[in-house]
Amino acid sequence: MIEKALRGNSRYWGWIGFLFIVIFVGFLFYLRQFGYGLGITGLNRDVTWGLYIAQFTFLVGVAASAVMVVLPYYLHDFKAFGKITILGETLAIASVVMCGTFIFVDMGQPLRIPNVFIFPSPNSLMFWDTIALGGYLVLNVIISINVIASEKKGTPPPGWIKPIILLSIPWAISIHTVTAFLYSGLAARPFWMTAILAPRFLASAFSGGPALLLLLVFLLRKFTRFDPGREPIQKLGLIITYAMTINVFFVLMEIFTAFYSGIPEHLDHFKFLYVGLHGNTTLVPWMWVSSILAVISLVLLYIPKTRNNETVLGLACVTVFVSIWIEKGLGMVITGFVPNPLGEVTRYWPTFTETMITIGVYAIGALIVTIFYKATLSIRGEVSV
Amino acid sequence: MTIDRRKFIKTAGLASLAGLVGKNVLGQDVSEVIEPGAFDRLAGLQSPLQAQRWAMAVDIKKCENQHDCTKCIDACHLVHNVPEFDNPKDEIKWIWKEPFEHAFHEQENEFQKTELIHSTPLLFCNHCDNPPCVSVCPTRATWKREDGIVMMDWHRCIGCRYCMAGCPYGSRSFNWRDPRPFIKNLQRDYPTRMRGVVEKCTFCDERLALGMLPACVEACDAGALVFGDLEDPEADIRKLLNDNFSIRRKPGLGTQPEIYYIVS
Repeated sequence: MIEKALRGNSRYWGWIGFLFIVIFVGFLFYLRQFGYGLGITGLNRDVTWGLYIAQFTFLVGVAASAVMVVLPYYLHDFKAFGKITILGETLAIASVVMCGTFIFVDMGQPLRIPNVFIFPSPNSLMFWDTIALGGYLVLNVIISINVIASEKKGTPPPGWIKPIILLSIPWAISIHTVTAFLYSGLAARPFWMTAILAPRFLASAFSGGPALLLLLVFLLRKFTRFDPGREPIQKLGLIITYAMTINVFFVLMEIFTAFYSGIPEHLDHFKFLYVGLHGNTTLVPWMWVSSILAVISLVLLYIPKTRNNETVLGLACVTVFVSIWIEKGLGMVITGFVPNPLGEVTRYWPTFTETMITIGVYAIGALIVTIFYKATLSIRGEVSV
Repeated sequence: MTIDRRKFIKTAGLASLAGLVGKNVLGQDVSEVIEPGAFDRLAGLQSPLQAQRWAMAVDIKKCENQHDCTKCIDACHLVHNVPEFDNPKDEIKWIWKEPFEHAFHEQENEFQKTELIHSTPLLFCNHCDNPPCVSVCPTRATWKREDGIVMMDWHRCIGCRYCMAGCPYGSRSFNWRDPRPFIKNLQRDYPTRMRGVVEKCTFCDERLALGMLPACVEACDAGALVFGDLEDPEADIRKLLNDNFSIRRKPGLGTQPEIYYIVS
């Protein structure tokens, strides 16, 4: 399987080379952080988690969203997803690897991470999240490798893989639920301490993840002979429409509860997000862009004429993805710390080093996705080399 | 006081050692070189301070009367090798002063006693009975002792900062960079920390073990800090809390902080 990824045309190698350079640059910046400490980031005593943990959270969602193609295909035998299911599963692998890497780069003493296993602490949600994500990675690696291998042999996947695939469905839900519990169980952070956090995470995951998958499908179709046909694209578009609707609905519920109750410790966080707090408006323009994009995406997705037009659908996917990335990959984590439990507002914004490390980690994910997609498409004869 | 076998042997051994080196190689008298009571403490003759439930009472009025006094903070930060940074981004603090409206966020009101509303109460780790930081720690690098002290193992901490997200009091600090160059006056009898770990007040567990009160309590001449065992009906802190009105930070969270603020 892997040998298929080791052959390709010059455009393929150019892309791989580019990713390696980005990863290497990210690694060099990480060495700086490793030597100096996390003080090289924008983090501080009040805002102790930032870009890294936010990307982790966002990507757990992308990983979980594979279930949106796995479930229809394997549970309901929805044949049209036959060509894209493996793309979703391998995207999940890349996402979990990025999640782990973001956790690694966020640790103050990364070399002590084995302590999590040496001193297992069932009290801590982080312990359970490690198990959930680790398990999900193993499941998806087993599934993907076997499915790709059987495609190569031209046989249906072995029978024993079916129960593992079915297990991966609730497991996908669990990874994002446990990740939400990581936040929603903290009495110290009223912004996160909401029972709707896990459902909200799932809704944003099931819209943002498939939107990314659909964009990747469009890219593959443009650059290779891969063509899943019209039906799966339209179905995925419909899934995104429903999930995005639920996501926006949940956000509005949060906003209603905070503003109508008027309890300052809840309200202040939302003020920080949408109007600024104590003169700090760091996230305000971002959140408004996110909100406007969400509205645009829903309009584009609701009208059958625009949703059925694949160019417009692609545009809608971009708006969904960017809107959710801002909401989850920027707003969700930082705002939990602003204001802090003492009511103080401290500014946080990622530094250049932090941003470069983040881009480097994303490049690792892109590399994994590329390798898996290349192997799959080569086996199917959908790329020339 | 009964002396058990172990203590007797230790005492006898140390006594003979002291006898042997009555005058050291430089001809100095040992008593001038070794601090008074050191042998006693080593021998365990000065027994450690023990309790079932350690707690601290802070008398805001007595503390405020000292105006810009920072003796307790200075003493704590000195004995614990707490680094001093000149920017708030890297800041590490075990004890600090915070305006009342922040210290008692959402417990303040516009027409409160002027002296209270303008006060800057001292903040510590609250050594909660139900510490959220302990629940969230993925390596049990922070834990609660039987006597209620919330401890911290800097050698096990992986620096994930989940405890900082979980603490409702902002009591924990993280070493964003190597703290050692920023320690003004290095104390050799207390460890320094490295970058990438969390630290906080430990009610001076190392001093209690040697029979000494916490450094901040000892440093306060105003008597604004009273430390003791809440399970001991005769303890000063019990009488103080019985006779005065006290408040705690964020009482609604169920953490049961063990720092009491006397506001009467």
